Amino acid sequence: MKPFITHSGLVAPMDRVNVDTDQMVPKQFLKALTREGFGRILFYDWRYLPGEKPNPEFVLNRPRYKGASVLLARANFGCGSSREHAPWAIGDYGFRVILAPSYADIFYNNCFKNGILPAELTEAQIEELFQRTEKQEGYSLTVDLPSQTVKDKHGLEIKFDINPSRKEVLLKGLDDIAQTLLHAGDIDIHEKSHAASATMFEKVDVKYYSDAH
Amino acid sequence: MTPTTLYQKLWDTHVVHEEAGKPSIIYIDRHLIHEGTSPQAFAGLRAEGRKVRRPDLTFAVMDHSVPTKDRLLPIIDQDAKLQFEALERNCKEFGVRLFDMHSKNQGIVHIIGPELGITQPGQTIVCGDSHTSTHGAFGTLAFGIGTSEVEHVLATQCLVQSRSKTMHIVVNGKRPKSVTAKDIILAIIGKIGIGGGTGHVAEYGGEAIRSLSMDGRMTVCNMTIEGGARAGMVAPDDVTFAYLEGRPFVPKGKAFQECVDHWRKLRSDQGAKFDMTVELQAEQIAPQVTWGTNPGMVTSVNGRVPDPHDFKDLNDQKATECALKYMGLKPGTPIVDIPVDRVFIGSCTNSRIDDLRAAAQFVAGKHVASSIKQALIVPGSRGIKAQAEKEGLDKVFTAAGFEWRDAGCSMCIGMNADVLPPHERSASTSNRNFEGRQGRDSRTHLVSPVMAAAAAIAGHFVDVREFDVAPVE
Repeated sequence: MKPFITHSGLVAPMDRVNVDTDQMVPKQFLKALTREGFGRILFYDWRYLPGEKPNPEFVLNRPRYKGASVLLARANFGCGSSREHAPWAIGDYGFRVILAPSYADIFYNNCFKNGILPAELTEAQIEELFQRTEKQEGYSLTVDLPSQTVKDKHGLEIKFDINPSRKEVLLKGLDDIAQTLLHAGDIDIHEKSHAASATMFEKVDVKYYSDAH
Repeated sequence: MTPTTLYQKLWDTHVVHEEAGKPSIIYIDRHLIHEGTSPQAFAGLRAEGRKVRRPDLTFAVMDHSVPTKDRLLPIIDQDAKLQFEALERNCKEFGVRLFDMHSKNQGIVHIIGPELGITQPGQTIVCGDSHTSTHGAFGTLAFGIGTSEVEHVLATQCLVQSRSKTMHIVVNGKRPKSVTAKDIILAIIGKIGIGGGTGHVAEYGGEAIRSLSMDGRMTVCNMTIEGGARAGMVAPDDVTFAYLEGRPFVPKGKAFQECVDHWRKLRSDQGAKFDMTVELQAEQIAPQVTWGTNPGMVTSVNGRVPDPHDFKDLNDQKATECALKYMGLKPGTPIVDIPVDRVFIGSCTNSRIDDLRAAAQFVAGKHVASSIKQALIVPGSRGIKAQAEKEGLDKVFTAAGFEWRDAGCSMCIGMNADVLPPHERSASTSNRNFEGRQGRDSRTHLVSPVMAAAAAIAGHFVDVREFDVAPVE
C-alpha cells in the first residue's frame, strides 16, 4: 500500500450529512473483478445526468474544484454498505485526505487499507473550513500526518487525533496480512486450544469442499 | 469477579494476540463470502501466492446478482455472469464450499448461515457485507468487513481489531398486535439516529426482544448497522437452542446437549457495565414507515411527513429538505395518503418463513390493488421457498396477485433485473432507503412484511392495527 506522510491539495466541499457508500459507488458498479478505475464513477448518480453528461450542479463538477485532492465532508461520512469500492473510488478520483467530524466504522476502516487518511476534526473546525473553502477560490490545505496537523496558507493550524497504530499503518504503508502472519505461531496455538470446526452432520447441496483440507 | 458483557466474553475467547496500545488479532470462526465483494480478495491472494488458511470455515454463496426467475436460462447480464464464474473458479481453486445459484440450499448469505446451522452461538462471524450483524441474533459477534479484510481473513483466519464500546438497547414490555420486529428496530433507529451507534457493539434485551422468534431477532440484529453499530446481538436462550437443533451443521444428540450447556453461559453478567444504554417501551411502538432517504427518517403509520422546520439543527433541516425533494413528498402529508407503485417483500431483513407467513395471513382472500404495478415475494433462501410451498403460501400469494420468485437479494439492492424504476415508489421490507438504492431516482419506503402486504392490497399505506389479523412476528 502507498504510504501517507504529508499531502497538500485543493479542497472540495461535500456539504451534506450522512453521505452513504451507495452514493459513492452505486450498485451497478459492484460487479467489477478488479479494484481499478472506480474514480470515473465516484458519486455517479449525483455527478452525471442520464446519458453520462456531467451535472453542472454537482459540486465536484464545478470548475473551481477540478483537481481537488482533499475532501471536506459532514458527519457520519461513509455510512451504510461495507463496499470497499467506495474508498477505491475516492482514491482513484484523486482524493488522499478526507476531513469530517465523524465517519461510519466500516468505511473509516476501509480508508486505512487504501492509503487514504480520514482525519476527524470537530464540528466547529469543519464548519470553519467549509466557510473558508466557500469564500476563497483555490483554497488548499496541507495535511501532515507525523505532526497530526491541518494547515492553510493564512495561518490556520488545526491538530487532530488519530490512533497511533493506525497512524503507523499509513506512514509505513504496511501490508496488514504480512503483519498478522508474523504471529502465525499464536494463530496455531489458538486453533489447537479453541478447535473451530464446521462439520456437516447432514448433507447439504454444496460444491468444492474436500475433507483433505 | 467483575461482571462482564457478552461482547467482552466473546472478545476474550477469540483474542489470538494482544499488545498494549495496539489493536488485537482476533480469530474468526466462520467466514461467509459472496460474488460481490470477494473477487478482488482472491486476486490479492493469488498475487501474493497465499492460500486460504481455513477453507473448512469459509462458505461461499451466490446471492447479490442472481436472477429470481428463469434461473435455468443463460445469464444475460455479462458483468454478473463474469462475477459468478469468478466465484466458482475461486472456490474450486482454493477448496471453498460453494452454494451456487442452482444449489437447493442457495439463498441470501445471512439467511442460509442460520438456516443451515453454520451460525452458532459464541462464534465470531464476518462477511464482506454490512448486514452480517444479522448473525448476532444467536449470541455471536458478527460484523461486516471490506474486501481488504476479506482477503486478510482468507489468508489468516484472523482480523486486526480494536475493542468497540458497548451499547445496551432494552425494549421493555409487550409488543402491541401487528407491531413486528421490523417496527421495533426502525423505532430504535428513529430514536438514536443513523450514526447513534457508531463505535459500538449493541446488545439487545428486555421482554419485547426475548419474546421474539429467532426470525424476529435476526430482523432486529440485521438492521443494527443502520443505527451505526457494526454488530448487534441477543444472548442465546431456549428459543435459540430450539431453532438450532437438527440443522445440518449443528451437532446431534449428546454433543448437542454439551453445546447447549456451553451456550447457556453466553450472556452478560448481572451488573455488567455498558458504555451507553437506550430504553424503549414496546407498548408505545406503532407500525413504522420511513419517509426519507435513510432508515432514521421514519415515523409511525399514523404520523405525517415532517416539515424541515420541525428540526432544530441546520444540517437536519437541509437533509430533510433534500430527502423530501428526492422522495417527491410534501410536508404534513399523512403517511396513509402516500400511494405505492410496487411492493417488495424480501431481503436479508425480512424474507424468512415468519415474514412470509405474516404477509400471507394478511393477503389471504384479498387481491393486490389495480394501481400496483408489481408485487414481488422473494424468499430469502430456496429452503424457505420450499417450506413456504409446503405450507401453500405460494398459492396464497399468487392468488392475491403477487409474483412468487426464487431466492436472492433482488430488489433490496437491484443488482439483478429486479429494479425499481425512476420516480416510482415502493413499500419495501428491505433495510435501506438511500437515494438510488433500489434503482436510480426510485423512492423507497421501508416497512414490515405485514405493512408491505397491506400496502399492496390497498394501493397506499394503511395502519394494519385496524385489521383483524392474528399477532405476527
